[in-house]
Amino acid sequence: MMTTFSDWDILRNLLLAARWTLLLSLVAFVGGTLVTLPLLFLRLLQRRWLTRVIRGYTALFQGTPLLMQLFLAFFGVGLFGIDVAPWTAASLALTFYTSAFLVDIWYGSIRALPKGQWEASRCLGLTFGQTLWRVIAPQAIRIGIAPTVGFAVQVIKGTALASIIGFIELTKAGTILNNVTYQPFKVFGLVALGYFLMCYPLSRYSQYLEKKFNAAHHH
Amino acid sequence: MTGQLNFPALWPYWPELLSGLWVTIQLTVLATTGGVAIGIAGAALRSGKPGWMSRLWGIYVELIRNTPFVVQLFFIVFGLPALGLKLTAGEAALLAMLINLGAYSTEIIRAGIQVTPKGQWEAGRVLGLTRSQTFLRVVLPPALQRIYPALVSQCIIVMLGSSVVSQVSYEELTFAANLIQSRTFLSFEVYLVTTLIYLALSIVMRHLLLAIGRKWFGVQPS
Repeated sequence: MMTTFSDWDILRNLLLAARWTLLLSLVAFVGGTLVTLPLLFLRLLQRRWLTRVIRGYTALFQGTPLLMQLFLAFFGVGLFGIDVAPWTAASLALTFYTSAFLVDIWYGSIRALPKGQWEASRCLGLTFGQTLWRVIAPQAIRIGIAPTVGFAVQVIKGTALASIIGFIELTKAGTILNNVTYQPFKVFGLVALGYFLMCYPLSRYSQYLEKKFNAAHHH
Repeated sequence: MTGQLNFPALWPYWPELLSGLWVTIQLTVLATTGGVAIGIAGAALRSGKPGWMSRLWGIYVELIRNTPFVVQLFFIVFGLPALGLKLTAGEAALLAMLINLGAYSTEIIRAGIQVTPKGQWEAGRVLGLTRSQTFLRVVLPPALQRIYPALVSQCIIVMLGSSVVSQVSYEELTFAANLIQSRTFLSFEVYLVTTLIYLALSIVMRHLLLAIGRKWFGVQPS
């Protein structure tokens, strides 16, 4: 049997697969945020051993290839006798990967604020939680948003590696289509274009936010 | 736990891991030196007079920074032979890494150059240096010192990213791990050991590069 793929077939299949890239990115980012928030809170307690553990956690995920993390999630969960779908393994690995970077970015944003902010709030009788929520967070978010949006680009690009453990998203769809059409230029050109359309607006937005913040900061 | 972890069974395979590690190191050294050189040239171009060359380079930088490395690799590995250009897996892997780091380091080095006061350019010209002499001897060294830590981080990201080139059958560390995995079925054990090797490599690389920066390039310890 011989099937021919028209340009429209290629494009349609890539677009359908791109939905999974977007969904996986979203899951990784939301999951990453949920893991980051408690870690950030623990980091702010300034206990020496907690700081050390969290630093080790970030060093581990930042100092090893994402591909290895995906393999470990894929085969590691399997050790417990649970049959893992590539989707589950990819979501899990990307969630931890994302959190390891977000905790650094967000802690850095909080640390960038003058120490007097904490002291003043405590003097005014605010609790640790109140200080964090009402004084620190609103300011830290303004500092942290540009690098956070910039990091979202890394997450989207990172999801491409999920193709290697068999999750069918944009890159995997590209390799499958390339195998049947033998048109690598067209197929991978379109795949690259797909990522570019997702990432470039975020990159630009991140740069815009950074400029805006810097301008506000200097005046 | 259904299965028992069995690390000792991996022991006979250490030569494979070692030779894979060696290939990864060689690939990293070539890609980082070449990639940073491309970045310096690119940053010079981007910081010079605006023109179509500079704009074209800007497009290259944005294209690379906003697409995944694995897609760039596939584009080179599958696309170039379609144009009649035959590359070995190693050449294709190195080319992809050079193109990737070239774009990132252009932006990093350019950021260092941008904050250089304009007076430095003018001073160089007044002293009778040519434009390229001023760039190489006056503007570039302090710019590199300033962004050195960011450049080191990017080189480590490229080293870690090199694990992806196993997908085009280049026999580096991850390829060795895949091979051992297919022979022993000790998947988790093999990948855990390999992950730790990468971790050690990234730690050593960071300390080594920062030490080199302090000793030879006068980078201030942060």
